Amino acid sequence: MNLAHDFLAALRTPSLMGQFTPRQWDTVIRLARASDLTARLAVLARQADVWAHIPEGPRRHLRAAELMCERQHVELGYEVKEIGLALSSLGGPVVLLKGAAYVRAGLAAGWGRASSDVDILVPRELLQDAESLLLLKGWTSSSKSAYDQRYYREWMHELPPMTHMKRGTVLDVHHAILPLTARLHPSSAQLLAAALPFDDGTGLLHLQPVDMVLHSATHLVHEGEFEQGLRGLVDLDSLLGEWSAQPGFWAELVARADALGLARPLFHALRQVHRHLGTHMPEEVLADVAALPGARPGRWALWWMDAMWARVLRAHHPMLNDRWTGVAREFMYLRGHWLRMPPGLLLRHLARKGWLGLTRPDASGEASKDSAADQPGQHTQT
Amino acid sequence: MKRRLIADTPLHTLQAQLASAGVFVAMPPFVVHIRSGIAVVAEGLHRMYAGQHWWAEEGEFADFRVEVRARRRWLRPMCEFQADGLQPFTPLALGEAFAMLEWGLNWCITGYCHHWLALHAAVLERGGRAVILPAPPGSGKSTLCASLMAHGWRLLSDELALIDPSTGLLTPCPRPISLKNASIDILRQRLPHVPMGPVAHDTLKGTVCHLQVNADSLARAAEPAMPGWVIFPRYQSGAPLSLQPRGKAEALLELQRNAFNRHVHGHRGFEVLADLVTRTGVYDFTYSQIDEALACFDALAAEQGAA
Repeated sequence: MNLAHDFLAALRTPSLMGQFTPRQWDTVIRLARASDLTARLAVLARQADVWAHIPEGPRRHLRAAELMCERQHVELGYEVKEIGLALSSLGGPVVLLKGAAYVRAGLAAGWGRASSDVDILVPRELLQDAESLLLLKGWTSSSKSAYDQRYYREWMHELPPMTHMKRGTVLDVHHAILPLTARLHPSSAQLLAAALPFDDGTGLLHLQPVDMVLHSATHLVHEGEFEQGLRGLVDLDSLLGEWSAQPGFWAELVARADALGLARPLFHALRQVHRHLGTHMPEEVLADVAALPGARPGRWALWWMDAMWARVLRAHHPMLNDRWTGVAREFMYLRGHWLRMPPGLLLRHLARKGWLGLTRPDASGEASKDSAADQPGQHTQT
Repeated sequence: MKRRLIADTPLHTLQAQLASAGVFVAMPPFVVHIRSGIAVVAEGLHRMYAGQHWWAEEGEFADFRVEVRARRRWLRPMCEFQADGLQPFTPLALGEAFAMLEWGLNWCITGYCHHWLALHAAVLERGGRAVILPAPPGSGKSTLCASLMAHGWRLLSDELALIDPSTGLLTPCPRPISLKNASIDILRQRLPHVPMGPVAHDTLKGTVCHLQVNADSLARAAEPAMPGWVIFPRYQSGAPLSLQPRGKAEALLELQRNAFNRHVHGHRGFEVLADLVTRTGVYDFTYSQIDEALACFDALAAEQGAA
């Protein structure tokens, strides 16, 4: 039997958790921990009203993860307020992205969603001003090496991650949702123009629904590292579930993907979220997206990509590894970088990061912030 | 599920099972699945967990799945700890494998079990009241803790006070008492009949060894305890015995520093600890003679019983 079956079933149909045996729970909790989804399961179990049917052993771990996540959300609320205050005089839109936005907007995607770092999007012309304002309020650039500074500022779509001096919290300031050097260039101006305000008085904005879906999809399929891949898939599934019943949603999504040049990422993301989480979508939607120019890869490429996605979008737990898992991770790592930068730059970057084994890795450490999986165990103070 | 007492299992049987599919061990309040092909891990488990049950068949929920693996590095035999694929520590010398298992289990508990408010403290109980002994390393906490256990106090834990935030009660987690350096010889002389585990020399913490939990503490491992005292112990060579009430507000701050996960519990965590110091007797305790210390604790327990 597929070891991930019960775990995925719990995510898709939470009421099933009420019938799991201790043995099933054993595997489910292990996979949930590996994919940072334990708190999510806890919230889903409560909402499905099956909490009381969960044996005490696994229930304790669900409760622990839930508490940790509740705490993160309280701290996130405070952090977001501080960011809003720091940037109140920026004179342009400040859009909260990803997990922080889901949580603050009260979306189902935010339920039990672990989210320690905050990501914001600002207009490119205000990037310097935003950095100055944040510096005044205690955020400093955490990346000291000249290479990393250049990597972020010249080639990426964000400032080097900023860390608050006192709170230790991390803030990523973006001016686009994909790197400057990437093949695709979704217009930040269009995203910012359509953004909507939160009703929490912070003055911050979130992306409009279709853009939030497109960003989630793009983020999911443009990554090079997939420790959080399954969680990204769950985000997308949840966002789609939030709005897909609204009339015109799918047509608007497809049109917007076309307008922003994000047809290919949307195609991959919808196909995978449907395959792995059974997300409901009208049959014609995938065909509509596939019909957009450049959306659908060739037959063999699609076959190959499906095999790769199936491996990297699983929970990253050794019990699910097969003989192709290693190949899939390496391939997707390279693909993630390939999509982000032109070949010459990619070679230089990988050499710099030691991937090719030509040089020692950059002494200052990884430029990629995504490698730090948010394992609950790493929060311990000991 | 065939549960067997570890003491009733030949060492070679346990060792073979550990090295192959691994064993489930009941370590109340947890079930832990352990794998290891390292002899010292099997010996340590066999001796230190003799009074606990194990089984091999899958079927129950395991709180943690851990492995201590041998790994050869530059000809020096090393071992590494893995918790379900995660590797939280750098490898240690092979001789430290059992100690590494114990440290690894502590890491699992403090890293995942946030449904409790966890303090770094020893906990023992007598007459229905528990004493919490928060102390930094070197304060003689483990020596005192082992002596109290052998003297009729029930051990809940030598490292972790697990407080249920909804009831304020302490959950027992009786595992072998971790001894360091001089305390190993002191207790070997004092408690010659209590089994001790493999000795790991030259670890980061010096020489390390474990001491078996007694049968009474294990038998009552499902029984939570009500906190009665918070006592900050300090061993000081030649010092006269002293038990002084400590300011509760200051003790509260000290406990907050001592907590592994107060941040997770937020304001509720503060209230739980404030309630703890309000309801208990809070003392600073200095001692140099263990017998005097035991008599002092007995007197405290008797006072409580009389009150």
